[in-house]
Amino acid sequence: MSAIDMKTPILIVDDYKTMLRIIRNLLKQLGFDNVDEATDGSTALQKLREKPYGLVISDWNMEPMTGLELLKEVRADTQLKELPFIMITAESKSENVVAAKQAGVSNYIVKPFNADTLKTKLTAVVGDF
Amino acid sequence: MSARFDERDTGKRVEAIAKGGDGVEPEQILEVVKSVMASIDGDLSTVNLKFYAEIESLAKFIENLKLELAAVRPDEINDEHLPAAADELEAIVGATEQATNTIFEAVEAIEELTAKMNKKVAPQVSDAVTRVYEACGFQDITGQRITKVVTALKHIETKVEALLEAFGEEIRQLPGHERPDNPEPPDGSEMHGPQLERDANNQDDIDAILASLD
Repeated sequence: MSAIDMKTPILIVDDYKTMLRIIRNLLKQLGFDNVDEATDGSTALQKLREKPYGLVISDWNMEPMTGLELLKEVRADTQLKELPFIMITAESKSENVVAAKQAGVSNYIVKPFNADTLKTKLTAVVGDF
Repeated sequence: MSARFDERDTGKRVEAIAKGGDGVEPEQILEVVKSVMASIDGDLSTVNLKFYAEIESLAKFIENLKLELAAVRPDEINDEHLPAAADELEAIVGATEQATNTIFEAVEAIEELTAKMNKKVAPQVSDAVTRVYEACGFQDITGQRITKVVTALKHIETKVEALLEAFGEEIRQLPGHERPDNPEPPDGSEMHGPQLERDANNQDDIDAILASLD
C-alpha cells in the first residue's frame, strides 16, 4: 500500500467528460485537488511518463487504448509498475474483473458508484488520508 | 411414360443371344435395346419431373420471399428509419450531456457557497451536492447503453444493405413497393416529438413564422 497525501497528483481517465467531472468533484470533496485528466489510454500513458503521479483512476471502455491496455502498459513499465491503479467501469462481468485482476489492477469500482464506495476503495489502495 | 423395365426378362433375352452364337437375329438385339432404352427413358422422366417440381416450388418460394421483402421495404429501412433512429439516439446522448453540464455548473456554484454557510447547514448542503454528483453518473451509463444500441443498429443496417445488394433492383420493381406520390398531409393528430437540433426551429424561427402569418 502506497500512502498519498492531498497534494499527490492523481490522473483520472475517462472518455466521458461528465464522468471525469463527477470523479474530479468527488475527489475534491475528499480533499484531493491536484487532479489531471485524460480521455483515452494512450494520452494517459503519455501523461504518466511525463509527470510522477501517485494514483490512476481509469475507465475501461475507451479508444484507441482501453483502460485494460493502459493498465498492462503501466505494469510493464519499470518506472510505473508500482503505481496504484483503480478501474472504474460499467464492465461488471466476472471475466472482466478477473482479467483486470490478472493484469494487476489495485481495485475495481463498478459504475454507477457513490462517494462512499470511492472513498472506501481509495483507502484500500492508498491507505488512510 | 414408357413401359416398365423388366430386368429379369431382358436378362433372359441377353442370355439367349449369348447362347445363340453366330445365329443371333437382329430383331432379338433390337428388342433388348428397345427394352433398355425404354427403361432409361422412363427413369429419367420420373427424376426430371421431381426435379422440375422442386425447382418450381423453390422459384415460387423465392418469388413470395421477394414480395414479402418488398412489402417490408428494406431500402426505406436503411435509407430512412435506421439512420433516423441512430440520429435520435445520438441526440439523446447530446441532450443529456448538455443537461448534466448545466446541473454540474449549478451544483458546483452551490458547493462554492458552502464556505459562506454556517457550520450546521454547510455539511447538509455538501451531502446533497455529493448525491447530485453521484446521480449525474446516469449520463455516462445512458451514453454507453445508447452507444451499444447504435452499434446494433449499424450492424442491422449492414445486413439490410447486403440484402438490398442481393435483391435491390428486383425488390424496387415489385408491386406493392411504390411510394405514394402525394403522402397525406399531417392532420394534427400525429405528434413527432422533439426535432433534431439540425432540423428544429428555435423560438426565433417560430416567432418569425407566426409573424409571417399575421
